[in-house]
Amino acid sequence: MTTEAPPKGELRPIVPYLALGNTRDEDYLFGSRCTKCGTLYLGPRLFCGKCSGEGPFETVRLSKEGEVYVWSIIHQSVPWVKVPYIAAVIDLPEGVSVNANIEGIEPKPENLKFGMKVKMFTEVVSQDADGNQYVGYKFRPA
Amino acid sequence: MREVAVIGVSMIKFGRYPERKVEELAARAGLDALKDAGVEMKQIEALYSGNLYQTSGSGQRILQQMGQTGIPVVNVANACATGSTAFREAYFAVASGAYDIVLAIGSEQMGKQGLLGAPRDPATSIEGRIGSYLMPAVFGMAGMEHMRKYGTTQEQFALASVKNHWHSTMNPLAQYQKETPLDEVLNSRVVAYPNTLLMCCPTGDGAAAAVLCSMEKARQFTTQPIKIAASVLTSDPYTDRDLTLPDINTLTRNAAKQAYEMAGIGPEDLDQVELHDCFATAELLHYENLGLCGEGEAAKHIASGAPWLGNKVPTKYEEDVAPFVDKTYKPKTKAVVNVSGGLLSKGHPLGATGVANIAEIVWHLRGQAGARQVEGAKVGLAHVIGLCSACTIHILQR
Repeated sequence: MTTEAPPKGELRPIVPYLALGNTRDEDYLFGSRCTKCGTLYLGPRLFCGKCSGEGPFETVRLSKEGEVYVWSIIHQSVPWVKVPYIAAVIDLPEGVSVNANIEGIEPKPENLKFGMKVKMFTEVVSQDADGNQYVGYKFRPA
Repeated sequence: MREVAVIGVSMIKFGRYPERKVEELAARAGLDALKDAGVEMKQIEALYSGNLYQTSGSGQRILQQMGQTGIPVVNVANACATGSTAFREAYFAVASGAYDIVLAIGSEQMGKQGLLGAPRDPATSIEGRIGSYLMPAVFGMAGMEHMRKYGTTQEQFALASVKNHWHSTMNPLAQYQKETPLDEVLNSRVVAYPNTLLMCCPTGDGAAAAVLCSMEKARQFTTQPIKIAASVLTSDPYTDRDLTLPDINTLTRNAAKQAYEMAGIGPEDLDQVELHDCFATAELLHYENLGLCGEGEAAKHIASGAPWLGNKVPTKYEEDVAPFVDKTYKPKTKAVVNVSGGLLSKGHPLGATGVANIAEIVWHLRGQAGARQVEGAKVGLAHVIGLCSACTIHILQR
């Protein structure tokens, strides 16, 4: 994992609901709000799974600050992921939740609280064989 | 819609059969169910085959092993609810009057793949980078939601493993038959907090089968037809976090409500429940989802002894359970839960599970369950859930 510019390839978000800015500080998560029923989804959306509406959807820039709804500490994962790590569901104030890793604290149950405040940051998390680098988002205690 | 009965069931011992083809496992189960029903292959009018990983053509390959009679074959896939959905399709085929006698088979060969649905491409995989989407994490967090609401502890969740592993020692067809006292469950390695290894179901291979027949014809074959009193399938309705953390509760509650209405009974009438304990956390959640206890009472319910065989915590585990007993708690149902050993110990070969649950309940209602027999069982409920997301509930009565 390196944050240096790759020799070839491009910088890509690892999920479609992460918008990349010119620097990592400018990256943000975005959602789509159904203008018929108000339901907010992560990322782009064509149809509404709640009201069956066909849009239009309003793009909503999501806050970097959120609260931990629930968490788990993962001790067994795929071979390329270092364990243990903290996986969590984070509630964002706009009314949508995201899955995320929490970094910056030891992955131990006593370090985690329901409702604890966390803040998002982004960094390059992987690179493919063509030299494309993927930016992911994570949270750390606010 | 007419009444439908189960007249024959079978399951092979769940385990690992790397030297066998999955259709051989399935045909073994299918032929055993025919024998149990006293029915010949040529009397079967349709096959409903539940298989998740080898879905396409699975049923036809089974018939190539056990009897190519040219009947219609429907191949069913519905996540972990694959087998139970195949059973439900078989039920409707007979209930509608289209057929009199049909066969449902659930089968799966999972081998030793450790993490269900694990991604293959390290570069673009979000697993471990944007949280975890693997089942242990999903059900870990589902348990944490219960902990957040009601203060449930890891130890209380772990009691489900103590109970179901104990039950499995009385089930010769279970993949594992090893007792695990509470300290052993808690001291096994953590997979996804709060679930330790012994709080996760194993992967494995297996097959189970059921012969379904219209009630009017059933008595030609058996003196003990088991009535299908309810057959319900739900999917996950929109709830706020469902797309982030699959909501395993709402669709189970919806299914339970419909199933109790269809059968005209309530949870207090159940003698036995086989519920989807893919992880120990899930078992406690489903006590509440199925109405076996009130909201937030799951931990008290398991500590009360009610869901244990004999409706009592065995003496050897009394000390483990004692700290969690609330003497003022009165269980509203005597339904013994997962007396087969549950997914936790009987095993969970995905497509086979839903049909195996039916077989377990049928054996108890017929009084054929041996050492683990629930005394006098008259009504049983089988619950299966698959992500994302399907829930089946069947209620069987003698």
